[in-house]
Amino acid sequence: MTEAVEFTAPPSSQWNDVWHQFKSHRGALVGCLFFVFILLTVAFGPMVWSIDPQYIDIRARNSGMSIAHPLGTDQLGRDTLARVIAGGRTSVAVGVTAMLLSVLLGTFVGVLAGFFPKFDGPLMRFTDLFLALPLLPLLLVMIMLFRDVLRSVLGPESGVFILIVCVIGITSWMQAARIVRGDVLSIKEREFVLASRSVGTPPVRLVIRHILPNILSPIMVSATLGIANAIITESALSFLGLGFPSDFPTWGRLLYDSTDYLQQYPERVLWPGLAISLTVLSVNYMGDGLRDALDPRIRGR
Amino acid sequence: MRPITFALASLALASSVAAERGSDGHVSIIYWQAPSILNPYLSGGTKDIESSSLILEPLARHDEMGNLVPWLAAEIPTVKNGGVAADLTSITWKLRDDILWSDGSPLTAEDVVFTADYCMNPDGGCAQLADFDNIVAVDALDGSTVRITFDGPKPYPYAALVGATTPILQKNQFENCVGAKAPECTAENFGPIGTGPFRVTDFRPNDVISLEANPNYRDPTKPAFATVTFKGGGDAASAARAVLETGEFDYAWNLQLAPDVLANMEAAGKGAVVSAFGTLVERLMVNLTDPDPDLGDMRSTRDHPHPFLSDIAVRQALSMAIERDLLVEIGYGKAGQPTCNVVPAPAVFASSANDGCLVQDIEAAKKLLDDAGWAMGADGVRAKDGVRLSILYQTSTNAVRQDFQALIKQWWAEIGVETELRNLSASVFFGGDPGSPDTYQKFYADIEMYANNFEGADPEAYLGNWRCGLDPRPDTQWQGPNVPRYCSEAYDALLSEMSQTGDIDERARLGKAMNDMLMQDFVMIPLVHRGRVSAHADSLGGVKLNTWDSELWNVADWHRVK
Repeated sequence: MTEAVEFTAPPSSQWNDVWHQFKSHRGALVGCLFFVFILLTVAFGPMVWSIDPQYIDIRARNSGMSIAHPLGTDQLGRDTLARVIAGGRTSVAVGVTAMLLSVLLGTFVGVLAGFFPKFDGPLMRFTDLFLALPLLPLLLVMIMLFRDVLRSVLGPESGVFILIVCVIGITSWMQAARIVRGDVLSIKEREFVLASRSVGTPPVRLVIRHILPNILSPIMVSATLGIANAIITESALSFLGLGFPSDFPTWGRLLYDSTDYLQQYPERVLWPGLAISLTVLSVNYMGDGLRDALDPRIRGR
Repeated sequence: MRPITFALASLALASSVAAERGSDGHVSIIYWQAPSILNPYLSGGTKDIESSSLILEPLARHDEMGNLVPWLAAEIPTVKNGGVAADLTSITWKLRDDILWSDGSPLTAEDVVFTADYCMNPDGGCAQLADFDNIVAVDALDGSTVRITFDGPKPYPYAALVGATTPILQKNQFENCVGAKAPECTAENFGPIGTGPFRVTDFRPNDVISLEANPNYRDPTKPAFATVTFKGGGDAASAARAVLETGEFDYAWNLQLAPDVLANMEAAGKGAVVSAFGTLVERLMVNLTDPDPDLGDMRSTRDHPHPFLSDIAVRQALSMAIERDLLVEIGYGKAGQPTCNVVPAPAVFASSANDGCLVQDIEAAKKLLDDAGWAMGADGVRAKDGVRLSILYQTSTNAVRQDFQALIKQWWAEIGVETELRNLSASVFFGGDPGSPDTYQKFYADIEMYANNFEGADPEAYLGNWRCGLDPRPDTQWQGPNVPRYCSEAYDALLSEMSQTGDIDERARLGKAMNDMLMQDFVMIPLVHRGRVSAHADSLGGVKLNTWDSELWNVADWHRVK
């Protein structure tokens, strides 16, 4: 049966193969579905569940699960479901944007260092320097230095958003840079690169046409892991009471606010905690599946 | 209700039970900050001052109502009884004649003079030096009389040697420990000889103090307890649990916990939560100057008045929109009460002229803003001449304060004021570092919230905080207590009048007038009068929580309820 298909069907494209392999990794598939579910919920949830996450209904404070408040309310009577959705919006947006930034930076530095030997030493020492920096204190200093400037230019929420995205992005590109550099070093010695070089392809074209497509797999994997990392870092910042204003919900902030009530209302820590853990887990599984699917040596086994 | 009935019961029992010294065995006290030294002159920490008050005693102290009572002195010197000179430049203390140190030697005027000199020694680095301000000389007139002379009229002379911060040390013991040698005398600082109800048997710094009854204590029937364990360390929640839930300890100090957390613990039935109110007031500070970042170095200085908070109608409306009862219920429970005064106590200084603020009145606030020309805009925020009522509201990071911020933001939104919230790490906010933009003194915001109080029972120095010229600004390295940058000639005139008035009733009138002036100008918006909350086991009697002095001030009267 399979042989008949192989003879009659047109040769399947590379991306079809990748999808076929990805699909067979059950964890990756479930993770992917869950991540899409989270994305849809935070994107369209507020249209369905229209309670304002910042509205205080003091008479309904500390209420448990009910039809009016499916996940209960907090100590000021704010609806937990609306806050988890709104918090997810920020946390996921921060995660994805910061990931894009850090992957971009990491790839750029990695390719430069790997492809041009004269940049290799300085850039990799620079990477080591960043790796050695203690992350949280650095974040605190940056937030203190730039908060007022960005706030006055862009307003309190988008200013802090950009600040946090930048701060996370430029402190988490190092792993990506190292991985990319290693791959570039090995690929640029291959015959097809040599051939391309021998016909006079300029370096920029060489990188874009021949090297980048071949290192896509580690980049995509580190990108998925980067999302998880960024969500956790944002949560840590909010947990420390930094970052966004205190009434602006993010998953980390919800968790932080609930820890005082851990004994009396444990479910309040549960929801944002579950949201963070499941999102990070699903993204990790996705990364795992992607790595397998993008590796031609594993693919098809 | 329970603490009240309990207190009555213990009063009735007190006389019959504590008949013999040491008959009630052992009492355990837990402070969640551990004492590191037993000499209050070398430490500003409350934990050290209060633990040493088991051993050392002052000439006089404030009782739980804030009244001055003689302790080692025979009576309180006043102008009337001739103890205070008519020109207010000196005070003469007469000692009781029945006081012995725990080593058996008598207390004399020499000890009192020595103590004052010990603290005023320029090389000593005394932590309580502020209490000895303006003192020129301290002399022993005879074996039991001491005269303190000031450099000018001192209308309130009861700072030095009064209260747990400045108790009397024994000259014989500390004679060789003056000046630069003071911190080196470990044996003395860790085991001072005192006149108090207990003496130290073992002191482990930052951990635990063991004490036993002082055999030479003046009242032969007191203290009722033979031994005391004073344990330090942990956190407020575990200290509360140790008294209220497990019953391991008899007394726990300063339990700043969420009201429902404390109520749950109290429900276990082993102990009672007690609260008392000093002068601590959680308040909003209004910035009368412009914090616009475009002003650079001149941000939040008096050169630039605030674009809309300099309008008193706006400040008043902000105050009227707040429901203080709800704030108390959410944040402090038994440990708070709504207040409209920045000087809420002692009773003689508490004004009732501002109590209108206790009732929230959104409609009146709206009308006030309408009348002042602040018209509602399409975005729900009022504006006048292009200036929008948009407030940056900052405070320290603390769960209760963030809840307050969220609530107040919603109330202000109802009257058409937009609020942006910011919270800063407490160590930075209160840190006073002139290099940081986030200190409460710099006040790079429109409104900020924190709590403050004054020591002792006289508010003159505290009210002096809002005198003209004391505002933090670049040329004072951003130091100065006048955080709202208030300045009023009439206010300053009242202050100078108070500094020349010795009569307590007249002082009370002036204090109230100044409080009312600040309140009716709405430069500070008081929210909650915060109390001290402690807990004691149901079997411990005689506790009278005192916020004007050490909580252990009457430990000699503590006893076991049988």
